[in-house]
Amino acid sequence: MTQVSEMVSTLQFYLSYPFVRYALIVGTLSALCASLLGVTLVLKRFSYIGDGLSHVAFGALAIATIFDLTNTSVIVMPVTIAAAVLILRTGQNPKINGDAAIEMLSVGSLAIGYLVMHLFSTSANISGDVCSTLFGSTSILTLTRAQVWVFAIMSVAVVLLFELLYNRIFAVTFDESFAKAAGIRTNVYNLLIAVITAVIIVLSMNLVGSLMTSALLVFPALSAMRVMETFKGVVIFSAVIAVLCAFFGIILSILFSTPVGSTIVAMNIAAFCINYVIGKLRRG
Amino acid sequence: MPCVRRKGEVMSYIKCEGLALGYEGVSVARDISFEVNEGDYLCILGENGAGKSTLMKTLLGLNPLMGGKITFGEGLERYGIGWLPQQTFVQRDFPASVWEIVLSGTLPKCRGRAFFGAAEKQLAAENLKRMDIWELRRKCYRNLSGGQQQKVLLARALCASSRLLVLDEPVTGLDPKATAEFYQLLKTLNEEGLTIIMVSHDIHAAVRYASHVLHIEREQSFFGTAEEYAQSDFWKEIGGAIK
Repeated sequence: MTQVSEMVSTLQFYLSYPFVRYALIVGTLSALCASLLGVTLVLKRFSYIGDGLSHVAFGALAIATIFDLTNTSVIVMPVTIAAAVLILRTGQNPKINGDAAIEMLSVGSLAIGYLVMHLFSTSANISGDVCSTLFGSTSILTLTRAQVWVFAIMSVAVVLLFELLYNRIFAVTFDESFAKAAGIRTNVYNLLIAVITAVIIVLSMNLVGSLMTSALLVFPALSAMRVMETFKGVVIFSAVIAVLCAFFGIILSILFSTPVGSTIVAMNIAAFCINYVIGKLRRG
Repeated sequence: MPCVRRKGEVMSYIKCEGLALGYEGVSVARDISFEVNEGDYLCILGENGAGKSTLMKTLLGLNPLMGGKITFGEGLERYGIGWLPQQTFVQRDFPASVWEIVLSGTLPKCRGRAFFGAAEKQLAAENLKRMDIWELRRKCYRNLSGGQQQKVLLARALCASSRLLVLDEPVTGLDPKATAEFYQLLKTLNEEGLTIIMVSHDIHAAVRYASHVLHIEREQSFFGTAEEYAQSDFWKEIGGAIK
């Protein structure tokens, strides 16, 4: 009992700080946006876009850091969006070996990013910087009020866009050929999906680090797909899983001083296992 | 000359003259001419790689036209074709209900609107009942049998168009019973006035059910009624005499 009350008071203590509250807001919002897009990415077999982009975002961030910009997303965002378009085109081109080309781009970005950090970093703790860029860190705890607002607006925009285009996104996800014949400009939608994915990756990179952003994209969707039988059900449930995992992941990481990103991903793994078992039991 | 619809007059839906087929710049077949009229049941035959699917995608506007001319009749609006593509591997384990899939067929009717209205839902319900799968509407697509899945996709295609149905090898992977059932269903739809264009491997079914046959070959293609086809050299060459 004393342990529990101790935990509650620790939590209260931390929550009295605005930056902790900001972290909770931003964390759950980015997880929510990522999970919405994740359903489409997983079902369209586009998960590789998320993975490739997270590496590119790391490279871009490393380069942005050496310019000592106060707002690194000025560089990171356009570069990642451009990479999204490139990866989408490469993946769809039957003439070239798409997955190998994307692998080249992503590992290349990773290597160049690390190299650049080593060559130009002014910080005394390079490995620490690299580690936090890759795996997420305390940077989510250094958010300013303005950044939280930007985040909130971006998230609302993503959710609204998803809601408005929901029926068309479903059609394009389930059957691109039919959607195209029905007059839906599927290329525009694929591009939109890739670009929004890029935006979400850059935004959620602060939370879980670049390597683990793809976990935020694919885990909730895969978990929800185990148990849900309708597309709407999968979308809603994956959003719920994502928000819960992010929220309690952040709380746990505060209580036990564990890294935020890994804790959230660990929560997602646990959620996946539970849903996997439930799905198995149900189907017999 | 504009095609004016008069009572009792048969309307030409699609007229193709001297089509050249190919993809990515490689030509596979040329000089294909045929005509599809209202109420026809056209079967497109030919070897693998002859350009059957390419022709179909060209008709649907999914592939660019490499040569020749396609004229659409006035009764047919753009995107007014009910298309039943081959199943993709993405769909096999897709978590979507039958209702969601069939309703998505009404999207061309939504125009710019973001959401489905009462009319679209009504249309989806009608076609579910027409295909006799209304009871399955809450079921998950991935848990259905192959025959049931094809019926779902057929209902979706009917939502997109009540006039012209285009099918790409629809019986692939179906067991003989489901295949026979599916052909019967198409026949009924055709008798109810629906125009059908079907790409197929099944030459016997083509002669049995279709009104017209288009057999694509690299140089010389055949187009005529199913009876004419059964008398032709094409039919004898590919073993049509077995039966």
